[in-house]
This record gives sequence, C-alpha cells and structure tokens, in this order.
Amino acid sequence: MIWDWDYTFEILPVLAQAAIVTIEATAIGFVLALVLGLILAILRMSGPKVGWCVSVFIEFIRSTPLLIQIFFLYFVFPSFGVTLDAFVAGVIALGLHYGCYCAEVYRAGLEGVHRGQWEACTALNLSSLNTFKNIILPQAIPPIVPVLGNYLVALFKETPLLSAIAVMEMMQTAKILGSETFRYTEPITLVGIAFLIMSLVSAALIRLVERRLNLRSAK
Amino acid sequence: MGTFSLGAMLVAALITLAALATSHTFSVFFPGLLQGAWLTVQIAVCGSLLAVIMGTVSGLAKLYGPGPLRWLAVTYIEIFRGTSALVQLFWLFFALPLFGISLEPFTVAVLGLGLNVGAYGAEVVRGAVQSVSRSQWEATIALNMTRVQALRRIILPQAFIAMIPPWGNLFIELLKSTALVSLITLSDLAFMAQEMNQTTMRTIPIFTLVLLMYLVMSLCITIGMKRLEKIASKGMPRGRSA
Repeated sequence: MIWDWDYTFEILPVLAQAAIVTIEATAIGFVLALVLGLILAILRMSGPKVGWCVSVFIEFIRSTPLLIQIFFLYFVFPSFGVTLDAFVAGVIALGLHYGCYCAEVYRAGLEGVHRGQWEACTALNLSSLNTFKNIILPQAIPPIVPVLGNYLVALFKETPLLSAIAVMEMMQTAKILGSETFRYTEPITLVGIAFLIMSLVSAALIRLVERRLNLRSAK
Repeated sequence: MGTFSLGAMLVAALITLAALATSHTFSVFFPGLLQGAWLTVQIAVCGSLLAVIMGTVSGLAKLYGPGPLRWLAVTYIEIFRGTSALVQLFWLFFALPLFGISLEPFTVAVLGLGLNVGAYGAEVVRGAVQSVSRSQWEATIALNMTRVQALRRIILPQAFIAMIPPWGNLFIELLKSTALVSLITLSDLAFMAQEMNQTTMRTIPIFTLVLLMYLVMSLCITIGMKRLEKIASKGMPRGRSA
C-alpha cells in the first residue's frame, strides 16, 4: 500500500497545529524584515560612508546561505553570551535575511519618487522627518507592494529551514511523524501540498492587491 | 554595487581566508571545509546546468508549446515555485523510495535544486523573450523566416542578454540553497561545518570560515555574470528602444 488514508487523517490535525507555528514565524519574520529593510534603505541613502558600509552588509547577508545564518545565530551567538531560543533565532535570521532583500526594494521605491517632491517640501519648509513620513513614503510604498508580497511568499517557503534547529514547524513535525512510523510519504507530501495551497492563495492575493493599486494609480 | 566594490570585497574575503589559514585556531578546519566546499561547487554547477535546461525548455514551452505541452510546463512551474525547496528535497529523498525509485543523495540534490531553480528560470526566459520588441518579430515575418528560424536567429540572441542578470541572481540563489542538501546526508560545506561543530564545539571559527567561503563563491558568480553580460552585449545598442 503506497498511500495510507487512515494514517493521513490521523496526522492531519498534528500538521495543522504545526502550520500555526509556520505562519507565526512567517508573520513575525516578515514584519521584522519590513522594518529592518526600511531602516537599512534609509541608512544606505543617508550618506556615502554609512551608505557604503550598509551596502557591504547587505551584499554579505544576501550572498551567504540563510541556513548558515540560522546556524550562526543559534550556535555561535551563545559563545558571545547571547543565548537565543530556537524559534527566536530562526525568526531573527529570517527577518535579517529578507530585510536585506527588502532594503533594495525600498530603495527602488524611494528613488522612484520624483525629485520635485523633495524640492516642493523644501519650498514649503517641511522638516525632513515630516517630508519623509508624510510625502515621500506614501508615494514610494504603493508601487513596491507587489514586490514585497513576492518576498513574503519567498520567506514563507524558507520557514522549513527552521526545522534544522528543531523548531516544531510543519517540516520538523513531518520528519518526526515519519521517523516514528517510518512512513515519510504521507507527512512530507501533505506538507508539500499545504505549502502549495498557501503559496497559490497568497500569490492570488498579491495579484488582487496589485490590480487594485494599478486601478488607483491609473485614475 | 559596482564591479570595483565587488572585486574589492572578493579580494578582502580571500585575504581574510588566507590570513585565517595561517592561524592555528582556524587552520585545522580548512581541509574538511574545503572538501565540503568542493562538493557544494559540484552540486551548484550540475544543478545550474539542469536549471538552465529546464528553464529554457519549460519557458519556451509555456510561450509557444502546443496545448498539452504548455499545460505540462505551467504545472511544473507552479508546483516547483509554489512549494518549499526543502520540502521538495525531502520528498525526493524520503517519499520517492516508497514508490520504488531510490536515488543517490547527490542525484536528489542536483534534481531537487535544478528543478526548483529551473521553474524560476522558466519565468526569466519567458520574460526575456517577451521583452524583445514586437517589430523584431514583424521583421522576421517580412523576411519570410519560419518561427523556429526567427526564434533561433533573431529573438533568442537578443533575449539572452536580458536573461543574464536574472540568471545570475538565480545561480546565487541555487548556490545558497545547496546548504539544504546537508539535511539529506550529503557532506557539503554546511554539513561539514555542523559535523565539526558537534565534535569540537569550536563554533566561532568554523562558522566564520563557512560564511566567508560561501561569500567568495557567490561573489565569483556575481562578478562572472557581470563580465558575461559585458561580453554578450558587445556591439548591441545600450538600453532598450521601445
């Protein structure tokens, strides 16, 4: 018997519970990435020296594997005296890694705002914080929402990496279920299907948001 | 970043590695890690080849294939882009044997990563081919070329240049994904690092070296692809006319 339906229904609730951990990690990691990305993008544009340091940092994070960064946070940081919980380490690594990708996206959005907008704010004597918060950001964010959405899906699909440091998300749960019964087919296939469904749904949502934004800007 | 800054980063990383190789704390880990790095390079190269083949074939099939072939390509692309790379590797490694197909871990790694990145590559190929101006197609019709001739002689050579930067990104993506194969028992760079870490508990030197090694590899890809782009676009007008 290749596929065991009874076993499938038996493990389904366990996997559903693990899916909550996956979604939590995705949500917290992505919020972290959004905030960090914005900070990095602003720092990068703030001056030549700081900008160069930030771009080296971004290049470094983007060219090393996420798995190694997760290991680094989880295994190396304790020797510096910072001991992190597996879930926390994993989420920070996800947020940091994708924050660097988001920084590039924000930069494209910010550079896309017309120079004249900055000059108009100077003419109106707005403070630079005020300019940035009320004039530039609201114009820079809508065009990049679809790209950020793509990174949300990408980050979501990287969460199984947390299984490598024993966070009980879907993949780790599937592996444990498999090792208990020596039936890997059902749990891993179910995880694959769960990811496929969730990615397709979120891709459809992003397309919807994209269409909304296009409609609004076309007016 | 410009080629110069990238080159400077590569040189800095290499000098740091060389300096660490002479220090006693770090040098003991070098042979094992280099052995792992070699396997990583092998997987990355084979996986990239497979990805380019799969990407080109399925990208073109999605654009120009007859009905069933197009559906096959779309299904392949959606499945491999929609699920996690790690889940795909685990599925090929753990679930496929239960259907009677047992593969070597190395084959699984190359297949899994190649198919995964190939699905993203298909979209790159599609986008690049579509970015070639319509008038080029019209000109080939005027010259009485067949579709295949037009694609091979006129469209693909121009699309190729547009494809190089995104393929470079995908190759780096693939290189970084090779760290996943450590979880299906292949002794690549990440696996060696974990094993050494468990036996010696000398976390800092091991993971620092590993990070530097991955950095060197991906910088090589970035710089190489930039050079390739420069060579390939020689004689082409800079910028794309509408």
